[in-house]
Amino acid sequence: MDVLKKYLGLFWTFSKIGVTTFGGGYAMLPILQREIVEDKGWATDEELTDWYAIGQCTPGVIAVNTATFVGQKRGGIAGGIVATLGLVFPSLIIIMLIAALISSFAELAAVRNAFAGIRVCVCVLVVNAVVKLWRKSIVDWATFVVFLAVFALSVFTSLSPIPFVVLSALAGIVLKNLEARRK
Amino acid sequence: MIYLRLFYEFFKTGLFSVGGGLATLPFLQEMSARTGWFTSSELADMLAVSESTPGAIGINMATYVGWKTAGVPGGVIATLGLIAPSIVVILVIAYFLQSFHDNKYVTAAFYGIRPASTALIAAAGVSVLLIALVNTEQFALTGSLGDLISFKGAALFVILWLLTNVVKPTKRLHPIVFIAFSAVVGIVFSFAGA
Repeated sequence: MDVLKKYLGLFWTFSKIGVTTFGGGYAMLPILQREIVEDKGWATDEELTDWYAIGQCTPGVIAVNTATFVGQKRGGIAGGIVATLGLVFPSLIIIMLIAALISSFAELAAVRNAFAGIRVCVCVLVVNAVVKLWRKSIVDWATFVVFLAVFALSVFTSLSPIPFVVLSALAGIVLKNLEARRK
Repeated sequence: MIYLRLFYEFFKTGLFSVGGGLATLPFLQEMSARTGWFTSSELADMLAVSESTPGAIGINMATYVGWKTAGVPGGVIATLGLIAPSIVVILVIAYFLQSFHDNKYVTAAFYGIRPASTALIAAAGVSVLLIALVNTEQFALTGSLGDLISFKGAALFVILWLLTNVVKPTKRLHPIVFIAFSAVVGIVFSFAGA
């Protein structure tokens, strides 16, 4: 019974996250922080940061990759699958209903105006989310430099995130080794 | 068997598109040209709907394309095909992460990865911010600085920032409250000029 409850809880929580995400995987981050880190305590901000980095370098949609990570931590392999199915469930219903019932949905004035407003809100929520992650991940000068370098390069170039993540992992290993040697 | 082919095509898309929902777009364009299941102008419409409905864009696109091609079962099967490779790959990585959780090299690597990950998310935020607040098309038409920046958008940005960070009674509210509020503000003040 408890096992069933756990999986139902995962499915329900991720359905809620799916229905409140507007945009790509980054737009899901503020909702994840609220639901998974603050309300449920299923993961930490640090873990979310790690999973986002991995999710951007591995195949598939970032939102799906992150959902699988959270579900796996909470309920093993079955948990990973259930959380991901929960995440996609609202999309299945909403998209097929709109596709079947409303032609030219995206051209409706109300929809376009509402989404122009929602986009501003998603920006604010992402800014707030980044501030929270910043406190956990920028802990000294070295991590501050990594942040600045990756931020500038990804804003001003269209490079893939993979080299950034790989290089920063190597930088982390080198820096920690130097630090250990100095002691 | 259309369902098997749909699953196979979306499995491939999920396996080879790295970097999020919009990374699936080139694969879908190629799919449209090769299979003739949908046209590229239909694809553009589907993208517009996927961007203006709840849910991650990549998932919405898979559901829509699958539905267009083979009805309700098609929508379900295409979506399952898209997420199947992610689930397998992530479960394997999660297993290794758990096994090497206390390894000092893994810890050191994540010390470097965390600021990079934060920066990547911040950069994604900046690109949405530019779309939301800066209107280069209108500026190119009129050349007037007032058309370059959406003042309505900037005002909403400031108000929302205050509500989520400063104002005590509202700052702990669930993000969806602010999303709903912004949708209403967008409609009332016709944010898209529509």
